[in-house]
Amino acid sequence: MGYLSLTDADRAEMLAAIGVSSVDELFEQVPPGVRFDRALDVLPALGEAQLARHLEELAAKNVHTGSELSFLGAGIYDHYVPSVADVVLSRGEFLTAYTPYQPEMSQGTLQAIFEFQTVICELTGMDVSNASGYDGCTVAADACFVARHVSDRRKVVLAEALNPQVRQVVKTYAPGFGFEVVEVAHEGGVTDPEVLAAACEDAAAVFFQQPNYLGCLEDAPALAAAANDAGALPVAHVDLMSLGVLEAPGAYGCAIALGEGQSAGNWPSYGGPHYGFLAARMDYVRRMPGRIVGETLDEDGRRAFVLTLQTREQHIRREKATSNITTNQTLLALAGLATLSWLGPEGLREVGETCLALSRYVRERVPLEPAFDHGAFKEVAFRTPIPAREVIRRSRQSGVNPGYALGRDYEGMDDVLLVAVTEKRSVEDVDRLAAVLEEACA
Amino acid sequence: MSVEPGSAWRETPLIFERSRPGRRAGRPPRPDLPVPELPDGLKRARPPRLPELAEPEIVRHFTALADRTFGVDTGFYPLGSCTMKHNPRVHERAASLPGFRDLHPHADDEDAQGALELMWHLQAMLAEVAGLPAVTLQPAAGSQGELTGLMLMRAYFSDRGEERDTIITADTAHGTNPASVAMAGYQLAKVETDARGNLDLEDLRGKVNERTAGLMLTNPSTLGLFDEGIEDVARIFHDAGALLYYDGANLNAVVGRSRPGDMGFDIVHYNLHKTFSQPHGGGGPGGGPVAVRDTIEPYLPSPAVVRDGDVFRLDHDRPKSIGRVRGFAGPFGVFVRSYAFMRAYGPDLREMSDVAVLNANYVLARLREAYDLPYDRLCMHEFVLSARNLKREHGITALDVAKRLMDYGIHPPTVYFPLVVPEALMIEPTETEPKERLDHFVDSMLAIAREAAESPEVLKEAPHGRPVRRLDEVRAAKRPILRYAFDEDPALVD
Repeated sequence: MGYLSLTDADRAEMLAAIGVSSVDELFEQVPPGVRFDRALDVLPALGEAQLARHLEELAAKNVHTGSELSFLGAGIYDHYVPSVADVVLSRGEFLTAYTPYQPEMSQGTLQAIFEFQTVICELTGMDVSNASGYDGCTVAADACFVARHVSDRRKVVLAEALNPQVRQVVKTYAPGFGFEVVEVAHEGGVTDPEVLAAACEDAAAVFFQQPNYLGCLEDAPALAAAANDAGALPVAHVDLMSLGVLEAPGAYGCAIALGEGQSAGNWPSYGGPHYGFLAARMDYVRRMPGRIVGETLDEDGRRAFVLTLQTREQHIRREKATSNITTNQTLLALAGLATLSWLGPEGLREVGETCLALSRYVRERVPLEPAFDHGAFKEVAFRTPIPAREVIRRSRQSGVNPGYALGRDYEGMDDVLLVAVTEKRSVEDVDRLAAVLEEACA
Repeated sequence: MSVEPGSAWRETPLIFERSRPGRRAGRPPRPDLPVPELPDGLKRARPPRLPELAEPEIVRHFTALADRTFGVDTGFYPLGSCTMKHNPRVHERAASLPGFRDLHPHADDEDAQGALELMWHLQAMLAEVAGLPAVTLQPAAGSQGELTGLMLMRAYFSDRGEERDTIITADTAHGTNPASVAMAGYQLAKVETDARGNLDLEDLRGKVNERTAGLMLTNPSTLGLFDEGIEDVARIFHDAGALLYYDGANLNAVVGRSRPGDMGFDIVHYNLHKTFSQPHGGGGPGGGPVAVRDTIEPYLPSPAVVRDGDVFRLDHDRPKSIGRVRGFAGPFGVFVRSYAFMRAYGPDLREMSDVAVLNANYVLARLREAYDLPYDRLCMHEFVLSARNLKREHGITALDVAKRLMDYGIHPPTVYFPLVVPEALMIEPTETEPKERLDHFVDSMLAIAREAAESPEVLKEAPHGRPVRRLDEVRAAKRPILRYAFDEDPALVD
């Protein structure tokens, strides 16, 4: 076993130092009735070269986004991951360190998290960000726990146009928080602020997504206002890659902004690991879940960074903590930091403008009727004359994956196809999509 | 910033301070198309102040930060309860294969057969390790595995029409246990540890009743001791109709030697980033699969990875499921690494735990004379010493010992945990350390014990050789500065 270093001589010397004659003796504290005395029945061992080949063979059985022209999005997007992200991901110091409990050993990780927090605050227009959450779903559940502590109300409202997986996770967590979950149907692809306002009464928090899961731009300021008017926390689920062109949730009155960070710096990776982000107004800082890094001074008066406000956290507060989270997604969040630094303000705006322009071009060029009559950022839904799943099947025979069948999540949408673009798609790609869809729907 | 030798390592500018207006690295494609105007109110009014740098300085920035970070790749990292073992590099290469890395999670099952096959076999191998038949890979980390386990208990009892509202945890428990209990909406009761470090059975018998939903326990405990009365513990709970939850944080001690399912546990979480070598990444990502008995399987999160003959698929039709706890089917890249790790050992996985336990006992044997040992037994994969002797005799605390270890090139152990041991030093060497590293650690700890008597001020002022000295943590909490204060934002400085 190439991961272990002890020689027979080492073992003998160590056993002698301990005063036992065998490793078995060390396990005598395990009661005989619960000892396991056969070999584990698991797959056979492979040397590194065989293992690498085996994994290559497994990977080759998958049809990945690079093996066809793909317009599949619906929550996970094929934005470009710049090579500078590898600097973070491949440096052993970042890769193999743990949570920076000992700041003198971890200034690099701590400073990078502080920079990540700053970038998230800048993009969302919020005052404070945590060091990341598990993903774009669980941060929504975290936000419910924040709301539970700042409000006596026991209801959360979810716009139906919010990512279905996010809603499912909130519903899984809600019983433990004592929360009732109410969903507000979309009207022609967007959430009606007046309908939302009616549902907001007695709600602790209200969640909506901008741009929403159906691809439409919501009247987000009106939705936030409806929540604020009812005394509920407005929570916006946003896409970091949109925030070079779309308004920051903090600028239109949201209490919390959160989302899935994958689009900024992480590969699709069949669903993870990615990073969730959660940022809030300063009013809620002591109710924030998860790690937060702060700036301070060392004994020589030098600027330094440290995990702070730890009295919120499970290792100090135990059952009174704001969350049970310990491990988060630091490495992925730092890849996000590197990516957003590489883009800079101009690059992020340009990515956004490219998404806006290409999605408009998709809407004009694809020979199908748009399902909704609203503006888009990077996804457009179309009505298909035959079931969308069949359109997808036929198109893929021509090497184009045209998108996502919304009927997988929404009743009555079996004939709706959601097409996603990123800056990696070109005008020619969209032309090809249009041609393939025309044939597939004929 | 002053210009003097070594100053660059001691203080690295923030990426925002390296920024200059007009510089840039990435240039995204710009198709020759009109950009539609956004409606008023939706259009960004003020651009985000992202850093503006060209690529060379971005690379240097993150390299400088890496230089100021200590990982397992840098040196010995005996952080108790965190299992800081070597992370094989073939894992990173495998996770980056296009067939894994670029696989969209909405891919049809038929297009993800390689991924699903890997996940199904990982589930089966984890099930064998736990001695329980059914596994979900979905939870994102150990703490989410805990919460999932408690939700499973709720669903199980609710389905049986039983009302149970209390979870019992040990006084040695990780903070996540009581925090998860609160998040799951349960009441908390605590059981004490006896003089040998086992659960106090008498205390336990008085606390388990018809309101008890279950127990959350780490075994071996956070003291690094196997609970010698575990069979009695399981009987007490099962006789009361309650369930046992195994916090797998310390599973590295017992793989192939003892199985939680055989101990009587009904629900188990694994920490793939501890036992199965997903790199810790400075605090994540992790993975927290959960294994359960047959009777609890119907409630596992949706979707599940199932096998029909030679075909693998995601099963979303799970009417009794607690629902979804995370996006998609879990952190797949973590599964690639842990699967690769288990395949490198195969049935010899027990060797991993054997060496982890041997390494820990060797270090314990060499340190026991210089530090207090609150529970005088052989240990499992980790052990807890107390620096109370140094505190009593020389005024040196566990924190001083920890900070001084840094000067010897060693990451400190976990300190002040578990809470039942004063001045605790919780030491977990892991199996991947060679004897010379263990000896260097022991020699360093012995030297520090001598320094405590001879020159305590050196310890009080440690560390001396790190980029920063000890930090003013009170200042950080009292006047929180949680983001960079750009020049035009003086309000955020104070």
